[in-house]
Amino acid sequence: MQKSLHIDPNKCTGCLQCEMACSYENYGMFNLSKSRIKVFAFEHEGRKVPYTCTQCADAWCMTACPVDAIRIDAATGAKVVHEDVCVGCKVCTIACPFGTVNYVADSGKVQKCDLCGGDPACASACPTGAITYVDADWTGLDKMRQWAGKTDTQPRASA
Amino acid sequence: MGWARKILRVDLSKGSCKSEPLNMEWAQQYLGQRGLATKYFVEEVDPKVDPLSAANKMIMATGPLTGTMASTGGRYSIITKGPLTGAIACSNSGGYFGAELKMAGWDMIIFEGKSPKPVYLSIENDKAELKDAAHLWGKTTWDTEEIIKKTHQDPQVRVSSIGRAGENGVLYACVVNDLHRAAGRSGVGTVMGSKNLKAVAVRGTLGVSGIKDFKGFMAATVAAKKVLADHPVTGQGLPKYGTQVLMNVINEMGALPTRNAREVQFEGARDISGEAMHEKRPTDGKANLITNNACFGCTIACGRISQVDKGHFSVVNSPKYWGASGGLEYENAWSLGAANGVNDLDALTVANFICNEDGMDPITFGATVGAVMELFTMGVLTKEQLGVESPFGSAQALIDFAHMTAEGRGFGKELGLGSKRLTEKYGHPELSMTVKGQEFPAYDPRGIQGIGLGYATSNRGACHLRGYTVASEVFGIPVKTDPHATEGKADLLKAFQDATGAFDSSGTCVFTTFAWTLADLQTQVDTACEGGWSMEKLAELGERIWNMERLFNNAAGFTAKDDDLPKRLKTEAAASGPTKGLVSGVEKMMPEYYKARGWDAKGVPTKETLARLGL
Repeated sequence: MQKSLHIDPNKCTGCLQCEMACSYENYGMFNLSKSRIKVFAFEHEGRKVPYTCTQCADAWCMTACPVDAIRIDAATGAKVVHEDVCVGCKVCTIACPFGTVNYVADSGKVQKCDLCGGDPACASACPTGAITYVDADWTGLDKMRQWAGKTDTQPRASA
Repeated sequence: MGWARKILRVDLSKGSCKSEPLNMEWAQQYLGQRGLATKYFVEEVDPKVDPLSAANKMIMATGPLTGTMASTGGRYSIITKGPLTGAIACSNSGGYFGAELKMAGWDMIIFEGKSPKPVYLSIENDKAELKDAAHLWGKTTWDTEEIIKKTHQDPQVRVSSIGRAGENGVLYACVVNDLHRAAGRSGVGTVMGSKNLKAVAVRGTLGVSGIKDFKGFMAATVAAKKVLADHPVTGQGLPKYGTQVLMNVINEMGALPTRNAREVQFEGARDISGEAMHEKRPTDGKANLITNNACFGCTIACGRISQVDKGHFSVVNSPKYWGASGGLEYENAWSLGAANGVNDLDALTVANFICNEDGMDPITFGATVGAVMELFTMGVLTKEQLGVESPFGSAQALIDFAHMTAEGRGFGKELGLGSKRLTEKYGHPELSMTVKGQEFPAYDPRGIQGIGLGYATSNRGACHLRGYTVASEVFGIPVKTDPHATEGKADLLKAFQDATGAFDSSGTCVFTTFAWTLADLQTQVDTACEGGWSMEKLAELGERIWNMERLFNNAAGFTAKDDDLPKRLKTEAAASGPTKGLVSGVEKMMPEYYKARGWDAKGVPTKETLARLGL
């Protein structure tokens, strides 16, 4: 079963455990500036929103890459940057409509979310369930359940 | 290891920034943050120093767990000599600033001297420089943060700053970071303002990478997070209601100091409680509380984000207060509300916004308003002097006073001195609800005896965060004790104070201690700091810090006489509720406390105690 990251901003408290976990998983250190997932604060609305690559089926970054450095991981469906091939031309960062591929000056390559090979560290670290890793075909399940709960078509014993 | 092993020394008089290696011998004895910075401070500063002179220093310090994946691992503290009290001041803040400072590669910043003109410190990893702050002077903390982010063209920079209160000499000014997190008490922001230092802006991209036993550390943090998630207070109560979970509980037990501590129960407590923050307002159909909020790394998320009714009298002409911002915590809901008899939840929320915006301690501010309202009620202060009718319960007076104090206008100048100086000036020093010049917070010592002893002995003046015996006396954490009993409270308080010293030195938040014991901290510190950190060592560290702070205060001129509560709490019995008829037994507990501490009858640590602690 294909899975995908599912983000529910209503549950996000802004603790940044996801960003820390991402940097630890990929770079072996705690470093927000190395994270591939970012939490955005909309202060005046009181909202925090985690955001990262959605792994487009027809990925602009992959199509744009002139050296085929971005390839699909068959197991997870993630679009993965192969650092040994990447030449750091940044065309993918221009092609991506969502800004989730970014250049890393230290390495001279680009980085993006690769779903940690199928066990995303951000989802494991999230203490509130704002980030989960769920059946890719059913990312709407939670919302459906909420709306389903609002229907009132049957008499209830306690009514 | 968890330390960056580097400190930044900023000489504001000369305008220089220099890097120094962290004293690792001291780090082994004092861990970090509160303990280690206080060690540096007492080694370098004369206890008799005028707090607002160039000779005073101010240290911003992280702990070894700051900037790591330890839950709540984002704390930093500001250590200086406080202008409100004349005692050692140590105020702790969350938000994101502390972690950013650590990720820029610094354990602490020592500020010394005084800049000839307003400046701010800009740090980008190992690059640190003082920049002109003429354009920031006179701005609020909110505007300062926004302007710096725009100037640097970097929305990811983290800012810690003073508002107008810190510039105007309000003696209880805060240092505010990330819009609504504050190193709140004892006037650390006043010291910053006296040095012409407006702000510190940090961007850190180096990270924390030196922990040798990363796997062991990660396992320890995961286990400790589970302890927090599984505990009813840190897993459910605090996320849902924040510290405001306390309002109704403390009121019902008759321990909510009301109208300048004339009473112990507030008839409007329900209206300003955590529960009320969840309820829809009749005026606009919306709830005060928008969401809960976490500081860096925190898996509890007790913070409140609130929004008031745009039609409320306090904001109807001020759109800048219409958005969501930092909401009421229990201490602030008490100090702005019960302490002066105001039950208007939105008014308290806006007063709290103003305290954040211009950087002043809502506890001392609110309690000072309470004293002023009592003086008004007695006819000592008049509307002509104050600028507004100020009976207990006036939300209008509260809001006017907040603006006036922050901006240094009219009677606000006097409110900015705190209740001790203000009540003395008007001939009624007995109306100041302070210890060592600092207002006590939201627990009445007549109804909760142990915390009264805590107020009387706190090294930074009256405070609940130095030894929160309320956990035991109200919640039974770690064991239930009778809040009305004085027996055994000396030992209980000492244990709380010592453990708190360790938490305050680690980079984690003291609110974890509803669920964590020293054992939970020990596994994380030990793995982050390359071993050798036993529970005994951490408890002893806390005791060492406590005595070090005490020695500083004694040398600054404090004596046993200053370890006392306001007369009202000792002579005017509580008039209602389960506390009815009780007064504080602080005088009975004090000799037991000195004995438990290994101090002589004058409150001076004995030679044996100092030798045992290596002081």
